[in-house]
Amino acid sequence: MTDGARAATTPGRTPHEAATHCPYCALQCGMLLSERDGRIEVLPRDFPTNRGGLCQKGWTAAELLDHPERLTTPLLRGPDGRLAPATWAEAYARIVTGIRDTQAAHGRDAVAIFGGGGLTNEKAYALGRFARVALRTRMIDYNGRFCMSSAAAAGMRAFGIDRGLPFPLADLGRADTLLLVGANPAETMPPLARYLTEQRERGGRLIVVDPRVTATARLADLHLQPLPGTDLAVANALLHVALTEGWVDREYVAARTEGFDAVRRIAAGWWPARAERLSGVPVADLEEAARALGTARTAIILTARGAEQHAKGVDTVSAFVNLALALGLPGRPGSGYGCLTGQGNGQGGREHGQKADQLPGYRRIDDPAAREHVAAVWGVHPDELPGPGVSAYELLDLLGTPTGPKTLLVFGSNPVVSAPRAARVERRLRDLDLLVVADFLLSETAAIADVVLPTAQWAEEDGTMTNLEGRVLRRRALREPPPGIRTDLRILADLSAALNAPSAPAAEVVAGDPSYPFLPSRGPLQPPDAPADADPRVVFAELRRASAGGAADYAGVTWERIDAADGVFWPCPDTDGPDTPRLFAERFATPSGRARFHPVEHRPAAEEVCAEYPFYLTTGRVLAQYQSGTQTRRVGALRRAAPEPFVELHPDLAARLGVEEGEELRVTSRRGEMRAPARITATIRPDTLFAPFHWGGAGRVNSVTNDALDPVSRMPEFKVCAVRVEKVTP
Amino acid sequence: MTGRIVIVGYGMAGARLATELHARPGDHKVTVLGAEPHRAYNRIMLSTLLAGKVDEADVELTDLAGQGADVRTGTAVTAIDRAARTVRTTTGEQIGYDHLVLATGSRAVVPPLAGLDVDRLPDRVVPFRTLDDCRRILAAVRDARTVLVLGGGLLGLEAARGLAARGLDVHVVHPVGHLMERQLDPAAGAVLAGTLARLGVRTHLGVSATGVAVSPDGVRLDLADGRVLDADLLVLACGVRPDTALAAAAGLTVERGVVVDERLRTDDPHVSAIGDCAQHDGVVGGLVAPAWAQARVVARLLTGEDTRDRYRPPPGVTRLKAAGIDLAAMGELPPPGVAHAPAGDDGAARCEELTFADPTRGTYARVRITDDRLTGAILLGDNPAVGTVIQLFDRGSPVPADRRALLLGRTVDPPGGAEPVASPALMPDATTVCRCNAVSKADLVGCWRAGARSVADVVTATRAGTGCGSCRDAVAGIVEWLSGVDPVEVTR
Repeated sequence: MTDGARAATTPGRTPHEAATHCPYCALQCGMLLSERDGRIEVLPRDFPTNRGGLCQKGWTAAELLDHPERLTTPLLRGPDGRLAPATWAEAYARIVTGIRDTQAAHGRDAVAIFGGGGLTNEKAYALGRFARVALRTRMIDYNGRFCMSSAAAAGMRAFGIDRGLPFPLADLGRADTLLLVGANPAETMPPLARYLTEQRERGGRLIVVDPRVTATARLADLHLQPLPGTDLAVANALLHVALTEGWVDREYVAARTEGFDAVRRIAAGWWPARAERLSGVPVADLEEAARALGTARTAIILTARGAEQHAKGVDTVSAFVNLALALGLPGRPGSGYGCLTGQGNGQGGREHGQKADQLPGYRRIDDPAAREHVAAVWGVHPDELPGPGVSAYELLDLLGTPTGPKTLLVFGSNPVVSAPRAARVERRLRDLDLLVVADFLLSETAAIADVVLPTAQWAEEDGTMTNLEGRVLRRRALREPPPGIRTDLRILADLSAALNAPSAPAAEVVAGDPSYPFLPSRGPLQPPDAPADADPRVVFAELRRASAGGAADYAGVTWERIDAADGVFWPCPDTDGPDTPRLFAERFATPSGRARFHPVEHRPAAEEVCAEYPFYLTTGRVLAQYQSGTQTRRVGALRRAAPEPFVELHPDLAARLGVEEGEELRVTSRRGEMRAPARITATIRPDTLFAPFHWGGAGRVNSVTNDALDPVSRMPEFKVCAVRVEKVTP
Repeated sequence: MTGRIVIVGYGMAGARLATELHARPGDHKVTVLGAEPHRAYNRIMLSTLLAGKVDEADVELTDLAGQGADVRTGTAVTAIDRAARTVRTTTGEQIGYDHLVLATGSRAVVPPLAGLDVDRLPDRVVPFRTLDDCRRILAAVRDARTVLVLGGGLLGLEAARGLAARGLDVHVVHPVGHLMERQLDPAAGAVLAGTLARLGVRTHLGVSATGVAVSPDGVRLDLADGRVLDADLLVLACGVRPDTALAAAAGLTVERGVVVDERLRTDDPHVSAIGDCAQHDGVVGGLVAPAWAQARVVARLLTGEDTRDRYRPPPGVTRLKAAGIDLAAMGELPPPGVAHAPAGDDGAARCEELTFADPTRGTYARVRITDDRLTGAILLGDNPAVGTVIQLFDRGSPVPADRRALLLGRTVDPPGGAEPVASPALMPDATTVCRCNAVSKADLVGCWRAGARSVADVVTATRAGTGCGSCRDAVAGIVEWLSGVDPVEVTR
């Protein structure tokens, strides 16, 4: 699927194959890439996450490798205001000068980094180190804040650790009862639905909580369709029923948890009829769901973005964790609570230091012991490490303001499309003195940058990814990047050198020492002139040392070990010790070893409907597009399957608006508006609209969404805001 | 703002107000004085307690004792000195206030029956109102087999249902011709009586009790029609009366309840009243939702969060949900027969009624629609749309164009998109067979025409079935159909 003009791989190495994983979501389906006569073919592999399946996104992933719109040279914005090709030296000069000028004039924190949950572990780690060591800025965060940060925070406070699924995915297929809250895997990670099929074929019960009759809800035995923003009340009511019906596992609660009494008293106040009135979910359905969970031999509760992307997302997840704990699920074989992580490396990307408050190994940046350990690996004094920065949206909202950063470097993210209140974020980005974007396509964010750096794609780089199970996987290169394109690691290494930043001693040591026990010899894919710390193997070796002793301990993970065993589950502290497919069998990762209940009360959405904005708007995904769409909108088959944004509305509402299928609608909130064709369907509540967020421009739903943040996770409230809707009359 | 806030009463309303105040910033000092000796508990769960499904600890509500609020249980207020702004308690203390909130609730009505001393009820005659009442009932039923419940309103039926769940033989005596006459029409009442009968609760309707006789062996109830019922225990559920004695003694305006305005203020600006004891706009309480709405308004006013907040009564919804009973009643329903106002174009309200009754299965539904808004409903038994109906009533949203959705469930028609059809031949060409890979029936047919002759061939060529895998049977079915039909027909 190349243009045929250029061999896909280096001469002498064809035909070539690479067993790797899909570049898109956190399921990280196994795939085999093969190159023959310049054509790259994708075939699914039988890997534990996808069992030989692939969705259309995966099948077509290789089309972007030689896409005509691929960036092949750095771009610099000239005096005429246009982006024009430039050399790497020119681009680096502009960046280094900009960083120096900005920091000289406004201090170190005036340069900021924005990362992404799709970056490999090595890149996420290198980005965090680059910010703290080369730039010495505290201003770094990433788009994972918009993804699973609420579940991460709730998991941390309940279990003392945040691993999306604390058990292998295969457990889903064997659960007697499976509750999916705000999760639509049939659309977002289709091969996962194989486990749902297996579960139902074994006689299990599938329950889905979603305001829409999604593809996943259609698979369910029981579908609860609450008003957006009322999941927390539903969870508390389920716990109420479990209490009154005697399904609480009192023995487990006494032996393995703490804090139940406060939660029990809150649940006492959530008799089901109260939650019914708020959510619209009938009492009988709440009772049925509670019964299915409470009387099952094994039961699993999963949350995803629908429950989490709220200004009360952490508390909502905590409410479902409370339910799971009261029923004695976490740590019991075949049962538990988990979060379906979204982005390709959403899990690993949140463990190794691109979060504002975090150091590698899921360490806290304000923990003196953590600072000391990581500073030693990085060869700096602990006092030189900056403190915690601010969260993603807060960072974006500070850009270009008098007290905010003036220079921003973006890696693997497209906030112009994906951030809430996106029109405002776009203005902030334009207010910067210098915006640098590293990407392989001209995303909406790259299009407004001052410097664009063309980067390698997934099939052109080695590294590791950590999937939604906490399974560390190998991304394997099929070929070298095309001429003129550099990897993100190379860019960071080059910039570090240009800024005269101290190179990590680990990188020097391991690169120069062939006997370093965990480091394989350097392979042919690394250009001979590249600095040592541009080599993912070197960076991974350093990551392992930096993570050693942390919650997400990778010290015992080697690439060879991953290759030998379909991945390695962290924590894995020793190369000759076991990994950890299942957490919590004996104890939780809290100081007491007990899981912690957290009393949480329902509260209204940050914005409720009113006379002026009488409808709820919720956002989400469609099968054929991924995230901000930069990649998938450029793949022909995917574009044909999902060509444009749309606004989903109920036939009754459409009739009142006088709107026919396909006619253009304008959706307006207090923050902005979007326009897109109407898609009329009875699968949505009549009081609610839905729009996917994969598009920029006039169809950008994030122009409308609410930037209210969760007080703990700083997650924006993507999933509910108040809007009005009208037909656009031509 | 207001510094010292004293709440008299630690029931559902008083405890809620304390919580609402606690949740808001400010340097107010909150003192709660509860006459009952218990921590805050959920009155709504008392019937579950009677049923033996939970114990007392499970009905406790979030309690602010030890979290900044001064909560004193077992402390009743005996007098209010409005001039000095103090209250006197049974412990002899005088407690000063800047603002006083009465949340004294209501008391069970003990009917005037021959042989019954209202002030000295025997052990075998117990009202059903408080946690202590529950304890007495549970103590009395330990060796009991038969229980009488006097009163077929919401509370009486909750008690009856709870006791029946313990395996007791329960009789409900109700002076009106049908159960829950304040919420139900006669037809619904009859369906409910049938449901109760299946659960072991017998009802005696349209007959009042005249006298009680208690003996060491049991209790006997004399009925106006001459019948006599014997039981081990008599539970009184004859309604409640707002507890206004304190307010009346303090000279506040009292009608049926303590009269308050839309700020929940009495005629003394330093005294408010909320919950069952309060009378707003001529209405006294009895349900939790209005009491909690009132608590919220008072908290917002007293803490200065929103000094212009005013109480708007939430729409009244009565909900009885226990194992085997599912009842929701709301709004105004005129007596059957006068319900159908003409669908006029003369500016008059356009009224419709939907009804459905299946008494054998205990299902009854009556929904009243006025100008496309749901203005009243009774839903009894298996009504899958009950959540939707309550929300439509609460929010005043337009009802579905297809009214059947209100009776039959969320969606009447199958959701859009591909639905299974009997034969692939009948499936439209554009139907998506494999969503994960966007493969339509036409794509599969085209693949067949191009030479594919097996499921494996078709899957390899189109990728159908390689995503979630749920369409693999459909793909196999289409291939089977293709291999069985005349090629001409396929290529037509």
